[in-house]
Amino acid sequence: MNQLLEISFSSLASSIHSWLSSAIANATILNVVEMAIAGVCLLVFLVPLCFVLGYMERKVAAFMQLRLGPNRVGPKGTLQIVADTVKLIFKEGLTPNASDKFLFNLAPIIVVVVSMLVMAPIAFAKNFQLWDLNIGVLYVTSISSIAVIGILMAGWSSYNKYSLLGAMRSGAQIVSYELSVGLSIISIVIMTGSLKISDIVMSQADGWWIFKGHLPIFISFVIFVIASTAEINRAPFDLSEAEQELTGGFHTEYSGMKFAMFLLAEYINLFVVSAMAATLFLGGWMPFHIGHWEAFNHIMDFIPSSLWFLGKTFAIIFIIMQFRWTFPRLRVDQLLNLEWKYLLPISMVNIILVTIMAIMGWYL
Amino acid sequence: MFLKDYFGTIFKSIKSLLTGMRKTGYYFTHPKEILTEEYPDNRATLKMFDRFKGEVTMPHNENNEHRCTGCQACEIACPNGTIKIITKQEIKEDGKKKKAIEAFVYHLELCTLCNNCITSCPSDAIVMAQTYEHSVYDKTQLKKILNKPGSKIMEGVE
Ligand code: SF4
Ligand code: SF4
Repeated sequence: MNQLLEISFSSLASSIHSWLSSAIANATILNVVEMAIAGVCLLVFLVPLCFVLGYMERKVAAFMQLRLGPNRVGPKGTLQIVADTVKLIFKEGLTPNASDKFLFNLAPIIVVVVSMLVMAPIAFAKNFQLWDLNIGVLYVTSISSIAVIGILMAGWSSYNKYSLLGAMRSGAQIVSYELSVGLSIISIVIMTGSLKISDIVMSQADGWWIFKGHLPIFISFVIFVIASTAEINRAPFDLSEAEQELTGGFHTEYSGMKFAMFLLAEYINLFVVSAMAATLFLGGWMPFHIGHWEAFNHIMDFIPSSLWFLGKTFAIIFIIMQFRWTFPRLRVDQLLNLEWKYLLPISMVNIILVTIMAIMGWYL
Repeated sequence: MFLKDYFGTIFKSIKSLLTGMRKTGYYFTHPKEILTEEYPDNRATLKMFDRFKGEVTMPHNENNEHRCTGCQACEIACPNGTIKIITKQEIKEDGKKKKAIEAFVYHLELCTLCNNCITSCPSDAIVMAQTYEHSVYDKTQLKKILNKPGSKIMEGVE
């Protein structure tokens, strides 16, 4: 049993590290090689992840709308998304004549790179993290807001009124919802007293924050999920690509692989946002522990930490998908009302409550 | 007062959003509710609804008799000239002349399946069929003569 438990991602990573450091003497080269390996691993993880999410989204959408979803290509339609990818690869990537060619081609790259950068501090399993920097949470919030530049760039350079409108809307939306996301993250930071992701996960060893933190943390969890759904431009907040009004919004003019990159970025963002929600509020890779029930906690420890992480993340992804297929899209004024009149005041009051709770020690 | 409205709105909207999510959650967990017909696979068992309108047909009985008197009410009722009634004069045994149809020409490719002809027919000679596989390679195949060759009008229909 001990033998089995030792095979984990962290032991794999450390054995690769020790093997490499015995093979390569120069510290700089060693660093570069390890970074390259990490990058390749990330890509190898992300592309299948997007396939899984694409398939999941279609199936969830279909079942919620009383349809069957893809069910012809491959068993139960699992290969449909592969077929679609092949189709996108063979399509011609058009660049409109009047567009700003440089920005037009740069925009999808920026969007994808930003969403991949945000993956860096996420803890996938126990002791398994690409980069455990001490301002992990701040890093995630600040890097993820660069994505709006990519979107604005795409809309501006397309030389198309629909793209421009979509990009403008998306700018207004991301800038306002960033506030609520930030405030609800801060409530966890106040509780933990650290911006480091591994500290935040460790602080939930005797119970996840959503249980330990009572009502105020629950409220910030709800606000986080709502506001981050808006931040990644998913329905019901997908004003920037509202098909019915804007024929696709900021990516109207994109086709082929460049379009596929926007799609890729959307799914990576979905994963990142859900992973953040799982890390901050549901304990990340931390198994389900109840206070001092040693026996119960011990049984829960037998489930691998990576499974805990992925399970929580996919649960939140499912909820965000259910939002998308249940709620109608908001109008622009409703969208801004929701943020400035409801979410922001509530999260401000909530922060005060959380601070009082943290000072008085009113949590488990 | 303002605060009451404010929180009232929040609770009302949360409640209605949760109602929606309960509905979709119910659908997600009950695949039996799925409405999709996997059409080419279930061709043998697929049954159309009673009100489904496929094409206009003229029923004949076992003696090859139909009920159409050739009154052309359907031709007049049709909004887009789908029906053309070609009539002839028949001499009956007692020497009287009587109008009868030579051919009931029906252009399926023009028909909007609006049901006007059926409701306007005074002698219930035509009905809607439930057929649905109408694709052909050449549109001339869609022009149909509804009365069968050698058929005649049923006894007693005026
Ligand atoms: S269904 Fe309407 S369009 Fe078709 S033949 Fe009858 S009256 Fe004309
Ligand atoms: S089908 Fe009916 S309405 Fe049309 S000509 Fe015959 S009897 Fe008249």
